[in-house]
Amino acid sequence: METKTERVKIPRQHMTEQDPKVRITNFDEVPLGYSAEEAVLEAKRCIQCKKPGCIAGCPVEVDIPGFIKMIAEGDFIGAAKKLKETNSLPAVCGRVCPQEDQCEKVCVLGRKGEPVAIGRLERFAADFERQAGQIFVPEVAPPNGRRIAVVGAGPAGLTIAGDLIKLGYGVTIFEALHKAGGVLVYGIPEFRLPKRIVEAEVDYLRKLGVRIETDAIIGRYKTVDELLEEGYDAVFLGVGAGAPVFMNIPGENLSGIYSANEYLTRSNLMKAYRFPEYDTPIARGRNVAVIGGGNVAMDSVRTALRLGADNAYIIYRRTEVEMPARKEEVHHAQEEGVQFMLLTNPVEYIGDEKGWVRQMRVQKMSLGEPDASGRRSPVPIEGSEYLIDVDTVVVAVGTMANPIIPSTTPGLEMNRRGYIVAREDGGTSRKGIYAGGDIVTGSATVILAMGAGKASARAIHEYLSGGK
Amino acid sequence: MRKKKRGGFLNEIIEKQDLSENIVKLVISSPTVAKKRKAGQFVVLMVDERGERIPLTIVDSDPEKGTITLILQVAGKTTALLAALKPGDRIEHLLGPLGNPTEIENFGQVVCVGGGVGVGVAYPIVKALKNAGNRVVTIIGARTKAMLILEEELRQVSDKLIVATDDGSYGVHGFVSAVLQDLIDRGERIDRVYAIGPVPMMRVICNVTKPKAVPTIVSLNAIMVDATGMCGACRVSVGGKTRFTCVDGPEFDGHDVDFDLLTKRLRMYDDQEKRSLEKYRCECHGN
Ligand SMILES: Cc1cc2nc3c(=O)[nH]c(=O)nc-3n(C[C@H](O)[C@H](O)[C@H](O)COP(=O)(O)OP(=O)(O)OC[C@H]3O[C@@H](n4cnc5c(N)ncnc54)[C@H](O)[C@@H]3O)c2cc1C
Ligand SMILES: Cc1cc2nc3c(=O)[nH]c(=O)nc-3n(C[C@H](O)[C@H](O)[C@H](O)COP(=O)(O)OP(=O)(O)OC[C@H]3O[C@@H](n4cnc5c(N)ncnc54)[C@H](O)[C@@H]3O)c2cc1C
Ligand code: SF4
Ligand code: FES
Repeated sequence: METKTERVKIPRQHMTEQDPKVRITNFDEVPLGYSAEEAVLEAKRCIQCKKPGCIAGCPVEVDIPGFIKMIAEGDFIGAAKKLKETNSLPAVCGRVCPQEDQCEKVCVLGRKGEPVAIGRLERFAADFERQAGQIFVPEVAPPNGRRIAVVGAGPAGLTIAGDLIKLGYGVTIFEALHKAGGVLVYGIPEFRLPKRIVEAEVDYLRKLGVRIETDAIIGRYKTVDELLEEGYDAVFLGVGAGAPVFMNIPGENLSGIYSANEYLTRSNLMKAYRFPEYDTPIARGRNVAVIGGGNVAMDSVRTALRLGADNAYIIYRRTEVEMPARKEEVHHAQEEGVQFMLLTNPVEYIGDEKGWVRQMRVQKMSLGEPDASGRRSPVPIEGSEYLIDVDTVVVAVGTMANPIIPSTTPGLEMNRRGYIVAREDGGTSRKGIYAGGDIVTGSATVILAMGAGKASARAIHEYLSGGK
Repeated sequence: MRKKKRGGFLNEIIEKQDLSENIVKLVISSPTVAKKRKAGQFVVLMVDERGERIPLTIVDSDPEKGTITLILQVAGKTTALLAALKPGDRIEHLLGPLGNPTEIENFGQVVCVGGGVGVGVAYPIVKALKNAGNRVVTIIGARTKAMLILEEELRQVSDKLIVATDDGSYGVHGFVSAVLQDLIDRGERIDRVYAIGPVPMMRVICNVTKPKAVPTIVSLNAIMVDATGMCGACRVSVGGKTRFTCVDGPEFDGHDVDFDLLTKRLRMYDDQEKRSLEKYRCECHGN
């Protein structure tokens, strides 16, 4: 192997991407992944710190230097196995985790130059394993006779199901939609997370013996208490923060105005971008405005471009610095020709005689004092309003808790905003009922939801093995 | 593989009957939904993996046999696909029961008005109101006699049934709203009205009941996607507030509903729906 000095001279390996002009005409994945040579070179950049900062930067504490070392040595399958010791969805996380705010942010190489491309390496190892068809199926403990019901098949639910089945529990996931995956299948678009990857993860769980019942909305189909009465020993609620928030401004219910959830669900889950081959329609607007500055807004605006928009706008009331979206996604959107209207906020929508949105009135903003979240809060500028022509609008200003489970589960404590109150380990006010992911924290990240699933798996195991 | 349950495979069509030219009744195996559902609730189904998710009211159920009954009018591609299914066929996905059940109490004398395929939607409500001790007057209507559905079934669960046809081919000549107006004009005591049918009909009924402020419940048919409260496709304006039909409804106080908005939102995909249906019809005739 090269000496340390040689290794630090290796530049951060670039990952090939589809050309922006081409990719806005398709829904295929944008970054194409590392080749084996690129991955090995990138892995060699890691200096294998004695006290690695990266591990602490990872919410589930993946053994980062460990798996990277295996890639450097060419043991790609070993690297994937190592990743899966702590992270059950590495192919997903390698693509969607905000590494720049987590592990890569604290990588020692980042102090002087560029950090190790941990996310890309993670993706490489997981893809290699999947493509090699060598998915490692771990040993599953013999059935212990206990049954667990998991409600919601998002990252939190999938993770806890995988952990508990390995410990010998009988696990059934109840999912309201017709497909498992949560936001990974209905929200995040194909061009950022191909659905076959999520499907492979779900198949893997089925192989381990997890039962997945789709089209089963808990609260209506069966209540949480009925699940307990049926003999499930514990219930985990990983139902996400799936309810859309609107701004309640005039004209917001005009035709052509969508919540991001609806727009993305039509496109991703229902495959409306392939209408009429698939039956679900979607508005293919020419002038599309997306309100918001997070990942959800970037996914929506990039979807609009791919659906044929001539003009796709991001309307955001703060500046690029405050945008919560991943830097990489903002960059991708810019490359693709998205027009950013910053320090701008909609105040009203105007429709035609058919009730279809035609224009929006926006207002310029300036940044005032920092608010509770530490971000400088936007203040409207008097007399700065003007009109923009639009024919499709996507509102991506956040989500909130869905009330179906709370309202049908007596004794389950909720906070003021309707989220379930849970301890670190997922325990709720009701014995035997655990919760984690977005339904506890509010809209967060895939990896945090997975971490919550893991914590609850441990807690349920302890609870049922008579630990307490 | 889906488990064979009593009464058939999950989501299997057990029975199919043409009720009129373009109205079809399907009895489908769905044991949990059959057991859990209450009057006023609906299901969402997808005929196949490429299908659209569409909502249909649960008209009746047999918890013993584990079946539910749906009645649908062919309106576009998905309903045409459903109408072409035969006993033994299976629907890919069916989710339910959804929506809030109808609030059932003994209100006294209630009038249930159903129009078109809405007569099917009204049936479980009439039945539940009757069982709760109400005196139920049911008014049903259709364009013409051949399109009338569930007359006998409704007669059995109503204290009085009045039939109206637009063309006068059967029963009273005229609209159901005129029949209701007549009852009101005659000073009949009416404690509550349920209006279920096409949007224009529900709007007119609300106009008829408004002057005397007779509480009027309507069942809205907004376009839906997930029907779990996740997307907001089904939003309607009620009393100036935005509500989601799938989780806040489908029943609302008719006097507060913005029918104009609902009508416009229902037309959102007119062009694409037409294209989709034409494509389907061509493919059907092709082979
Ligand atoms: C468009 C978009 C882009 C995003 N991009 C990123 C990103 O790049 N990186 C990142 O880290 N995070 C991203 N996020 C956030 C991330 O996806 C979520 O934090 C994460 O998915 C939360 O996981 P969860 O398991 O808690 O819930 P979810 O993924 O929301 O899954 C919950 C599941 O529960 C089901 N459910 C709900 N109610 C019921 C019920 N009553 N009965 C049965 N099932 C029910 C739902 O249908 C759903 O499938 C994004 C989110 C969105 C919407
Ligand atoms: C709560 C509820 C209960 C309903 N119950 C019944 C019933 O018992 N029997 C019945 O015949 N119909 C019922 N409907 C209406 C039924 O859902 C629509 O007729 C059906 O979706 C049309 O689909 P399509 O593909 O055949 O027609 P399309 O060509 O797609 O549409 C025809 C018309 O149906 C409406 N529509 C289209 N897509 C949807 C959708 N995804 N969700 C809702 N409406 C849509 C639109 O207004 C459209 O103009 C109900 C609707 C709701 C919301
Ligand atoms: S901090 Fe960076 S260089 Fe150090 S072990 Fe982690 S990835 Fe390697
Ligand atoms: S149909 Fe999606 S929220 Fe009602």
